[in-house]
This record gives sequence, structure tokens and C-alpha cells, in this order.
Amino acid sequence: MNSAQMLLAAPEFWVLVMACVIMVVDLFLREERRGIIHMLAMLTVIFAAIITLRGECLSNGLLSVTAFQDSFIRDPMGDVLKVFAFVLMGLIFIYSKFYLRNFKMFRADFYTLSLFSLLGVMLLISANSMLMIYLGLELISLSVYALVAFNRESGRGSESAMKYFVLGSMASGMLLYGMSMIYGATGSLLLPEIAEAIRTQGSDDILLMFGLVFVVVGIAFKFGLVPFHMWIPDVYEGAPPAVTLYLSSVPKLAAFAMAYRFLSSGLGDMHIHWQSMLASLAVLSIILGNLAAIMQTNIKRMLAYSTISHMGFVMLGLLPGTAFGFGSAMYYVIVYGIMSVAAFGMIILLSSRGVEAEHLDDFKGLNQRNPFYAAIMGLVMFSMAGVPPMVGFFAKLMVLKAVIEAGMLWLAIAAVVFAVIGAFYYLRIIKFMYFDEPEDETVIKAPVDFGAALTFNGIMILGLGIFSSSLIAICMTSFGI
Amino acid sequence: MMNGTMNGFLLSILIWLPILGAVAVLIAGEQRPLMAKGLALVISAATFLLGLPLFFAFDTSTAAMQFVELRPWIETFNINYYLGVDGFSAPLILLTIFFGVLIVIAGWRSIQKKVNQYMAAFLVMEGLMVGVFSALDGLLFYIFFEAMLIPMFLVIGIWGGPRRVYATIKFFLYTFLGSVFMLIGLIYLYIQSGTWDILSWHQMPLGFVAQKWLFLGFLAAFAVKIPMFPVHTWLPDAHVEAPTGGSVILAAIMLKIGGYGFIRFSLPITPDASAALDWLVIGLSLIAVVYIGFVALAQQDMKKLIAYSSISHMGFVTLGLFIAFAIYRKTGGVSGAALGVEGAMMQMISHGFISGALFLTVGVLYDRVHSRMIKDYGGVANTMPWFAMFAVFFLMANSGLPGTSGFVGEFMVILSAFQANFWFAFLAALTLILGAAYSLWLAKRVIFGAVANHKVENLQDINAREALVLGTLAVAILFFGLWPQPIVDMMQASVDNLLQHIVQSKVI
Repeated sequence: MNSAQMLLAAPEFWVLVMACVIMVVDLFLREERRGIIHMLAMLTVIFAAIITLRGECLSNGLLSVTAFQDSFIRDPMGDVLKVFAFVLMGLIFIYSKFYLRNFKMFRADFYTLSLFSLLGVMLLISANSMLMIYLGLELISLSVYALVAFNRESGRGSESAMKYFVLGSMASGMLLYGMSMIYGATGSLLLPEIAEAIRTQGSDDILLMFGLVFVVVGIAFKFGLVPFHMWIPDVYEGAPPAVTLYLSSVPKLAAFAMAYRFLSSGLGDMHIHWQSMLASLAVLSIILGNLAAIMQTNIKRMLAYSTISHMGFVMLGLLPGTAFGFGSAMYYVIVYGIMSVAAFGMIILLSSRGVEAEHLDDFKGLNQRNPFYAAIMGLVMFSMAGVPPMVGFFAKLMVLKAVIEAGMLWLAIAAVVFAVIGAFYYLRIIKFMYFDEPEDETVIKAPVDFGAALTFNGIMILGLGIFSSSLIAICMTSFGI
Repeated sequence: MMNGTMNGFLLSILIWLPILGAVAVLIAGEQRPLMAKGLALVISAATFLLGLPLFFAFDTSTAAMQFVELRPWIETFNINYYLGVDGFSAPLILLTIFFGVLIVIAGWRSIQKKVNQYMAAFLVMEGLMVGVFSALDGLLFYIFFEAMLIPMFLVIGIWGGPRRVYATIKFFLYTFLGSVFMLIGLIYLYIQSGTWDILSWHQMPLGFVAQKWLFLGFLAAFAVKIPMFPVHTWLPDAHVEAPTGGSVILAAIMLKIGGYGFIRFSLPITPDASAALDWLVIGLSLIAVVYIGFVALAQQDMKKLIAYSSISHMGFVTLGLFIAFAIYRKTGGVSGAALGVEGAMMQMISHGFISGALFLTVGVLYDRVHSRMIKDYGGVANTMPWFAMFAVFFLMANSGLPGTSGFVGEFMVILSAFQANFWFAFLAALTLILGAAYSLWLAKRVIFGAVANHKVENLQDINAREALVLGTLAVAILFFGLWPQPIVDMMQASVDNLLQHIVQSKVI
């Protein structure tokens, strides 16, 4: 291991070091000086974003370079995803500080665990071997298990953490099992070598096929695709909103990267096999996600089912196996992250009086209480429903184009029909905000940084829609289009 | 008057001035309604005045696009910010910006809560509708087409009647469902041609099966929008619950987008499929004209009656457009068909004025009595003579009285239907009876007779502001009824061009 290789992983090292520093610094801080922790965490993500942006891939257009015996890869796609992970993480820290302070849970553990999980996200994004994939995945998951139970007094939190842990471990087991089969069939842990082996020996090996099935199950679990979605609503509901905020956005970026690396870089020659699996997962997710979301009265559960359907759309982008398809899926997952963070940010805003805003009713009359925040939530909801000119529309457009181009018209039709059905529950939130009278008239107050972050987030949703060209181009160039 | 450089931005100004103005109106705040209203009036009036070159500087001798603007937007996918107008879109844009001003004046007094949001919603809607009519890029069109739903959804939902939530969600989902099929069609066209340019899609050869599916996709979107039987059910609900301004825009402009869509997309992009499936559209149009006419007769609610009458009148638009194929098959020429298409366009413009005027008329009564039910009125003429004059005039126009613009379009379509098939013309002509029946019966029950109750007895006649709005519309209806030539001139070249185009097979 030489210094050049270390430099490639500089953002990872930086986050690792800072996570440890924060852990130690917290020991010497008095209660009222905890704000420093927040500052340090913000500094971590900002600086990490700068290092990544100044790296060879984004500043000089370097294609890809590997390190640590080829098990770590740095390429434009990974760097773009990481930068967005940092941006989202910054927003998440600002939103959750407000929540944690309101609910008297402002402890440094939240920041260290989040940063370790972020590190896992980064490793997973840059993984080039099955070992690294597993490492990244477990680092994310273990930190998140703890985060879900972050509110020690909450029975629901502990219950959902337990559920998540049991199911998550099972999924990890499946993934490991699948990996071991692939390893057995190809004799390597490195994705490019696996691809090479499959190319020479053909993809009809039964062992390989079983391996693929288990790997797809593992991926589906991480995305929360039907029928491996059961944990999503419970965990979203049980976890504190500050954690759900994180859970619903940043790890999805990593899940996309994992799916891409595994399925395209590693098992690209088995495309015909995994395509049909992803197609059924996608359709089931879009159907069930949208239908189940209609019946929810709890906003977090509703958003959980909405996540499931959105991840179905990401699958639609992945399954054609074309560069354009991957680009569109990446665009979708980034856009989804931005929308999801904004939506949970709003929930945190409404929870500001020490009671968690959980029911759709909590949004009643928001337009009367604060037209500005109502408008932002309106943008988010229309964007999630896929109404132009919000950015969510462009995400759906790209994915649909990829699917139609691949000749799977029926998939596209099913997707849009259920997207329209799904539009209903987003409209219902708008209905609560705009058409109903408020149940309590208390003024909504948020600190300056919170308001600024939410405004920025809302502007991103509208602005990236109206000026969608740049982000689309960035995602597409990551895949050489 | 205006030079070329200005014309290069004209359409953009008409789109973005109201939208950006809406932001200013929103900022004016809820506490200062007068400022919000004043600002909205200034912006909409400025938009109207700036848009006048669209009429005066319009070159009627060509079918080519005018006032063109072309800028790259999403370069990775060849999506352009591409605007332009021809003889079909220019009159509709003029109609839009004309109503933009009227809506602000009409809502001056009757809207009491959240005035700034109300005005802003209408300004945004105005800009987006101009965008729909001027977009020449398929995706840009779709974006305006869909984005328009947002302000309308909010207008019906916030300022609407008791069942507003049901009505507005139904409105949104119906239109949304229709248009996603069109989106898939547009994406397909892009994949086939590598461009989103609508004009090159017009020229692009397409297999018959592809055309058929594309046609059905477009039909799904535009049939809901216009609306055609049997997907019309959202319209009465939306009209009844919407505030007056919302009903006016819905009837006067939004419905026309469906008809415009047929002209811009269905006919020229999929001419063979349109010709093969014209029986479907003609059949549904005739059902709309006759059956919905009867339905209108049975209504108890004035707004619902006018809504059904709108559906029935829109049947003429689709009939006039698709009858062209039947005429071509029968006569081998397109000269007769031109009358049908021109009649359809005429009908759209005229119905814009008349239905807008009728909804404003109902709005005047509703502001005073807070009821739309016919049985709550009677003998209004006794207490509101000026109002009664306008109302009766508009109802006459609605029933197609010669001398009003309502007559011109219907007459042209019926004439051209004769060339295709006697029975088409016969059924279509029934509307002259049915329309007169429900319009005049409404006049009899509401306007004439003895004073029905205490409320009617205490009615105040219209004030100057209301007289201005209704008077302007009355003048327009009379003007285009007596002298439709300016509009016909505007669209002549485009109609001829369209007909030459659609009779040539595009099948590869």
C-alpha cells in the first residue's frame, strides 16, 4: 500500500478520522457546548465534498482507477454519488439537530454513528470486490441498527430496531451465501475477475445462477423492494424522524452503486437472467408501494411505501442494462434522495413542539399557518408524484425512456398507470395543507439554518427541474454518454 | 409597429411575465389584498398589450411558424426551448391573454380569502397556457400541459364549493392519467426520431401499427382534456365546485387545449391512424352533441347545465376536425374539409367567449344569492334589468343565434358534415334545437317570470365593474358573429397546410 493509493481513498480516511475525533472530543465537552459537535460534523462533510470534487475523476475527467489490490475503485459515478451523499448528509445534520434538540436527544453518538454509516456508504459506492461490498454494507447496517433505537425511551424504536436487525442479518446472510457461490463458481472475489471468468466459461452454470438469485435477494432487501420490503414501513415509523431522514436517502445512493457494481461490473454477462428478476421486483414494488401508500394515515408509513415504489422505478432504470439505463437510475436515486430529505425535513419542522408529527392530519391547514413552508412541501409532493416542471418528473422521464428503448413497453405502461394512482396520496397531503382548516394555530418557528436548508432543498427540487440539463448531463457522463 | 428583435422574445415574455409576476403578487402578501390585486391587474394588462402584435404583426399568408424562439435546453436529449405560433395557436393565445385580464377584474370583489394566492395562481396558469399553445418541442409541450394542472388543482381546492376536494382530485387524476399515455407516446416518438421537434414529427414516416397506438395515446390525453364522452365526467364536477374564475378559465381556455392537441399532434403526426379511426371520434362527438345535450336539459344547477352544454359544444370541435377524413374519402378533395376544420377552430374561439361569459353571469348571481340552483331564482329581470339583458344575450349566443359567434362555428361544421354524410349533419344539427331548448328554458326559469322569492326581490343590479366584464364579452361575441373574417384569415393558411398534409399517407 503506497501513498498514492491512500490518496485515492482520502475522502474515506477523512471521514473515518473525523468520526473518531468527534467521538473523542465529545468526552471532553460540557453539555451546553455540544453545538461544537454539530459544527465538526458539518465541517467533515463539507471538507469531504471538497476533497472528492478536487479528485482526479471530477476535476480531470479520469475514467477509473483502482487501489488496495483492486478492491477499491474510484470513478466518476462513485464520486458524483459521494458528493451528493455529502450534500444530503449536510442537510440531514441541519434538520436533525433541530429535532434532537427539541426532543432532548442531542448527543454526539448520533453524529458518530451517522458518520460511520456514511463511511460505509462511501466504501460501498467504491467497492470493487465482494469483500468490500460486504464490508461497506455491514458498516452501514450496523450503524443504522443502533441509530434506529437511538431514542432509548421509545419502545417502538427498540422494536423496529430489533426487527430491522433480524431481517437485515438474514439478508446479509443471503447475500454472503450468494457471494460464496459466485466465489466458488468463478474463483475470485474481485468483480472484474468474476466478469472475466463468466465471459470465458459461460453464464449457464447452475451454481452461478443460484449465487445470482441470492445476490439479487440481498440487493432487493437493501432497496426494500417487494417482496423484501416488510421492514421498511415499520422501521420508518419506529425510528426517530432524524434517523428515518438519513435512512431514506443516503443509503439508497449506496444501494444503487452496489446494484450497479454487482450486476453490471460483475455479473454483466448474466444480464438476461437478472433482467427478468429485476422486472418482476420493480413491477411488484411499484404496484404494492403505491396501493399500500393510499391506505396509510401515518405520514411516515406513507412515505415508506412511497419509497418502495420509487425504488421500483430505480429498478426500471437498472434493468435494461444499458449505459443510459444506469445513468437514469442514478439520476433517479439522487433526485429521490433530495426529495425524501425535504419531505422528512418537513416532518421534523412540524414536530417542533415536542410532539412528533406523525399523522397526515398534522399537515392540516399548513398553508394558513405558514404559506412558505406549505409551498415547499407542495413542491416536494408534486415532485414525488412526477408532475413537471419539478425534478421528480425528469427522473421518471429518463427511466421511462430507458425502459421503452429496451423494448419493454408494457413495463413503462404499468409504471405510469400506478404512478398516477400513486399521485393520489401525494395530492392528499396537498389537500390537507391547502384545502383544510388548521387544527392548531401555533406559529411554526424554525432556526435560521433550518429554514435556509429547507429553502435550499425546495429550490433544488424546482431548480433542478427547470434547469435539469446539468444534473442529467453529469449522471450520463458518469456512464460515458 | 414592433420590430423583429422584439418578436424574437414575444412568446417568452407572454409566458414568463405572468409567471414571474405571480411571484411578486405572492410576495405582496395576504395582508395587502389591494396591492396584490392591483399588481395582478397591471401584469395581466401588460401581458395582453404586449401580446397584441401576435394579431397585428401576424403574417396571414404563411402556414410556417412565426415568432419562433429556439434555444437548447437539455442538450443530452436534444430537448429544446422551442416556441412558435401559427394560425391555430395564435388566436388561442390571444384568447388566453384576453381572459387573463378579465379574470382578475371578475375576481376583484368576489374573492375574499388569500387574494394574493388566488391572483398568483391565475397568473401562473395564464403563462403556462400560453406555453402550451406556443410550445413546438414535444417535451416542452408536455411540461406546460401538466404543470398547468397544479394551479388549477389549487384554485378549485382552495376557493371552491363544498365538494371541492372530490372535484379537484378527480380533475387532477383524470387529466394526469390521460396525459401519461401521451408521455409514453412522446418518448416513443423521440426514440424513433432522435428529436422532440413536433414539426419534424409531422414529417416523419411511421408504420400503421405504431401510428394507431400513438393515436390512442394522444386520444387518451386530449379526449379527457376537451372532454369527450365518456371521459367527460370530471368536467361537471370541476365546474360546479370551482370558483367563478376557475370555471371561466377551465371552460374558455383549458378545454381548447384538447382541441388544439388534436390539431397539433393527432392529425398531423398520425394521419393514417386518424383516418382509420375517425369513426370512433366522430361517433363519440355525435354522442356528445346529442346525448349530452339531453343531459344538459335535465340539470337543476346552472353551472352544471353550462358545463354539459360545453361538452356538447366541444363535440362540434372534434366532429369538425375528424369529418375531414370522411369528406376526403367521399369527394377526393380537401376543399370541403377546410370548412370543417375552420368551423372547429371558430367554435373553439367562440365557445371560449360564450362559456366564459355564461360562467361569469352565473358568478354574478352566485355572489349575491350564494346559490346556483335554478329553483332559487325566477324573475331576475325584474330586479336586475341590465344583468338580464346580458344573460339573455349570452344564452342566445350559446344556442347558436345567427349574428353571434356561436352560430358561425356550428354552422360551418354542420355544412361540412353534410358533405360527408347526411346523418352526421342531421344529428349535429339537432344541437340547434337542443341548445336552444336548454339555454332558453334556463333563461325562462331564471330571468323571466314573476319574482320568485325574497332574495331575488332584493337583488342589486350589476355594478360598473361587472358591466365592463360582461360588456366586453358581449361585444366580442357580437363582433366575431358578424365579422369572423379576422380569425378565418389568421388560420386559413394553416388549415390548408394541415389538410394537404393529413391526406398524405405517412405509412412506410
